[in-house]
Amino acid sequence: MQLAQFGPGLKRRFYQWALRGRAPEASPVVLTQRRVYVLPSRAGLGYAASLGVMLIGSMNYSLSLGHVLTFLLGGLGISAILNTFRNLAFISITPGRCSAVFAGEVAHFGLVIQNNRKAERPALRMCADGGDWIVLEVPPADRIEALLPLRALKRGWLELPRVTIETRYPLGLIRAWAYAQPKQQCLVYPRPALNAPPLPTGDGDQKGNVQLGRGSDDFAGLRDHHPSDSPRHVAWKAVARQHSDELLTKLFSGENTQSLWLDWEQLPTGLDNEMKLSVMARWVCEADAARLTWGLRLPAEVIMPGTGESHRHACLQALALFGR
Amino acid sequence: MARASASLNQQQVFWLCAAATGGFAPLTPWLPWWLSALSTLALLSRAFLLWRKTPLPPAWFVNLIAVIGSIGVGFHYRTLLGKDAGVALLALFLALKLFETKTHRDAYAVVFLGYFLVLSQFFYSQSIPVAVISILTVVLLTATLVALNRAQAKPAASLRLAGVMVAQAIPFMLIFFVLFPRIAGPLWGLPQDSGRAISGLSDSMVPGSISKLALSDAIAFRVRFNSAPPAQDALYWRGPVLTDFDGRTWTIARPGVSTALPYQTLGRGIEYDVTLEPHQQYWLFALELPGKLPADAVIGSDYGMYAKKPLRERFRYQVTSYAQTKPVKEESSEVLRVALELPSGMNPRARALGEELGSKHKRDAIQIAADMLGRFRNEPFTYTLSPPPLGRHDVDDFLFATRRGFCEHFASSFVVVMRAAGIPARVVTGYQGGEINPIDGYLVVRQADAHAWAEIWLSGKGWVRLDPTAAIAPGRVEKNLAAALPAGEPIPMLLNADNALLRAVRFRLDAVVNGWNQWVLGYDANRQRDLLKALGMASPDWQSMGAALMVLCGLLMLALMAWTLRQWQRTDPVIRAWREFQRKLTRRGLVAQAWEGPRDYGLRAASACPAKAGEIAEIETLFETLRYRPVQSADALRKFRYLIRVFAP
Repeated sequence: MQLAQFGPGLKRRFYQWALRGRAPEASPVVLTQRRVYVLPSRAGLGYAASLGVMLIGSMNYSLSLGHVLTFLLGGLGISAILNTFRNLAFISITPGRCSAVFAGEVAHFGLVIQNNRKAERPALRMCADGGDWIVLEVPPADRIEALLPLRALKRGWLELPRVTIETRYPLGLIRAWAYAQPKQQCLVYPRPALNAPPLPTGDGDQKGNVQLGRGSDDFAGLRDHHPSDSPRHVAWKAVARQHSDELLTKLFSGENTQSLWLDWEQLPTGLDNEMKLSVMARWVCEADAARLTWGLRLPAEVIMPGTGESHRHACLQALALFGR
Repeated sequence: MARASASLNQQQVFWLCAAATGGFAPLTPWLPWWLSALSTLALLSRAFLLWRKTPLPPAWFVNLIAVIGSIGVGFHYRTLLGKDAGVALLALFLALKLFETKTHRDAYAVVFLGYFLVLSQFFYSQSIPVAVISILTVVLLTATLVALNRAQAKPAASLRLAGVMVAQAIPFMLIFFVLFPRIAGPLWGLPQDSGRAISGLSDSMVPGSISKLALSDAIAFRVRFNSAPPAQDALYWRGPVLTDFDGRTWTIARPGVSTALPYQTLGRGIEYDVTLEPHQQYWLFALELPGKLPADAVIGSDYGMYAKKPLRERFRYQVTSYAQTKPVKEESSEVLRVALELPSGMNPRARALGEELGSKHKRDAIQIAADMLGRFRNEPFTYTLSPPPLGRHDVDDFLFATRRGFCEHFASSFVVVMRAAGIPARVVTGYQGGEINPIDGYLVVRQADAHAWAEIWLSGKGWVRLDPTAAIAPGRVEKNLAAALPAGEPIPMLLNADNALLRAVRFRLDAVVNGWNQWVLGYDANRQRDLLKALGMASPDWQSMGAALMVLCGLLMLALMAWTLRQWQRTDPVIRAWREFQRKLTRRGLVAQAWEGPRDYGLRAASACPAKAGEIAEIETLFETLRYRPVQSADALRKFRYLIRVFAP
């Protein structure tokens, strides 16, 4: 912000210097006193100008209490520097979770903000370079997870860019800020194609093709819920009827019996690779939504048929990292 | 920037209303009543609209009120540029600004305006209560800043933090106050409206003008003697000398001034310094007669001491006075001629008495005066604060009819008789006596000590003081007014000698106020130089003061910084020991993950080093107990720390 008037090259070199060539940094990133910068905010400059006017007025009218007030407010400004600095210094940042997103969506980088001090740290603002600001408040001697939003544009690994963390608390006259770049990445799946061809279910010459929608209709019974089960398969009605809190999972006989192959070679040749990945991502989503069992065949990788959340993720990850 | 334009929530606008009220309320005694009412109404309606979540009035309406208010201020003060008008406009605009405060930037403007209003109070009063109110207002305004920077702050927490920060600011304030180089005098000409009418002696005297002052216990000045103070009946503080008389009113004759004394001083002088309350006049008070003049003072041909400018602020000066003096040369004939003038046709009986005394004593001034004082003493004259009204020939009425009067009656009639007898005489006003405050040793002279006496010219001896009041009421000059007045006369409460407790409280209070005046309000370039020399600074110029200022502020900042870091490092001993445990396991490659609770971490560690599983489980269980059980035993912590110390995975 304050550096906007500098040339972009100078700005880049400043950020390099500010991060001391450590990007990405080993965790935890502790914002030591040497990494926290402090400068007056625009309100702080207005405050300083007001104090100058007050001092001149006190001198001119020989107002002894005017001097007292001006110096008290000056001391308050110094106290604001220390307290603003204190609100930010010695925060430690470690990478947290980061769920995969599709290209075009907003990725949320989880960063665990740890406050070792017995005082709360209110009104911290954070943003990943290019993302939106979020405001957070860390309770005393506690940690919270900040989810930094950043729009994911391309498939593959999205590295967390430079993170700015700043605060103006308590008086807003001083801005203390620091840069950090913890090692954190987010997997970005290819953007699912909007006008994808239908799932290759009815070609006939392929072994294991299925008719869409059949497998999920064959209800085969209930069993105890496992954490790995898809929430879509929870038998909510049955759970509501019984008196315990245990969840139940519906079993379908159609699953595991027949497999759908999503094959790179089947795609029309006119499409470029990215388009093909988009179409396959759409297929994976549709197959998963239809609770089918499917396998994925890419030029360099084959994923055997399977089902469920982790299978879907494996397939989409293979698509996301295709050629990378 | 996104933040500056962010809109304010309801709580923050309430804070701003409170801040504006806090900034404006202490000023109400000095603002025109209608302006106070208008501003209060504006603040109340703003808070009401906020409470009811009603839309704000349109901008043109607020602007209309601002214009009408400004016109009113212009009419009231006859200007919009003066200091008082400026303060009034500031108060009005602060109240109206709240109607168009939507963003954080507006909010900061409101708070900064509030700080300015706190400063503007000091134009009118710098007393201790005003200082206390100002500190509270600063805390309120600062708490508003805190609330502006935290969307959901608890009011008590914001106030507490603001209080802590103001407390942290106080040491810096003290350092700056003592060491910031003070500049004497105004930077540019002070506007004419900087003083206001204050009770005190004036440049004229009619019967009743001194007795009116006698009911006021306001302080005229304070004196600190460098040695033992003179006797009470020698404390004649000379003020305006009144020579011109029109038959009823005595007025000051405009004296010629110079820096050279018109008399020689004899014997040893008395050194003292006077802290004079502002009285908007030129004259300074000194014991008769000043020998060494204070800087920036001149002496008049009437032996009065004058400042070069009217005293609009409390003024401190040093004088040396001499009880004995001798005129350098014969008084000029012009001065003597004026000191003999009496208006024709006025007070015929007093003039006749004067002429009779003159011929009886063959123009011997000392005998004439003694005769006249003897008449005051022997005839039924009464010294009283409430004399009966006098007619056109008021000296005649007093001398021959009512015979009840206060010091101005005695002094005036005495001088009239002396002049009629052919002896040059004049009325001197000033203060007589004063009271030593045993707490701080200052002599306090109040308006109630105002007094009038006479001076006559004796060839070869100069102007000699004669106090007719001392003849009729010796207690007045030997003790004080209360001792001289008959019982039942109304006297100022504080002069009443009977109430010992009240006197003790008053002495203490007055010593505090005097200390405040001397050291806080009177801390100017001279005081600063003296103090810094006393503190051991060889040559207190602005460079050395600036250097000392920087060094002390730097040290203070370091101290505060150390406090900040200490706060950080003082972690819970349980956590510290647990970290040690984690460090030991980390060396085995078992890094504690941020999302991992202690129990999961313990289980993982136990499965990774099965040989130590028992110890790890015990440590983990103790940790959970120490962290999460409400009741703790000291043994548990000791055992926990011991186990971790000896733990070796």
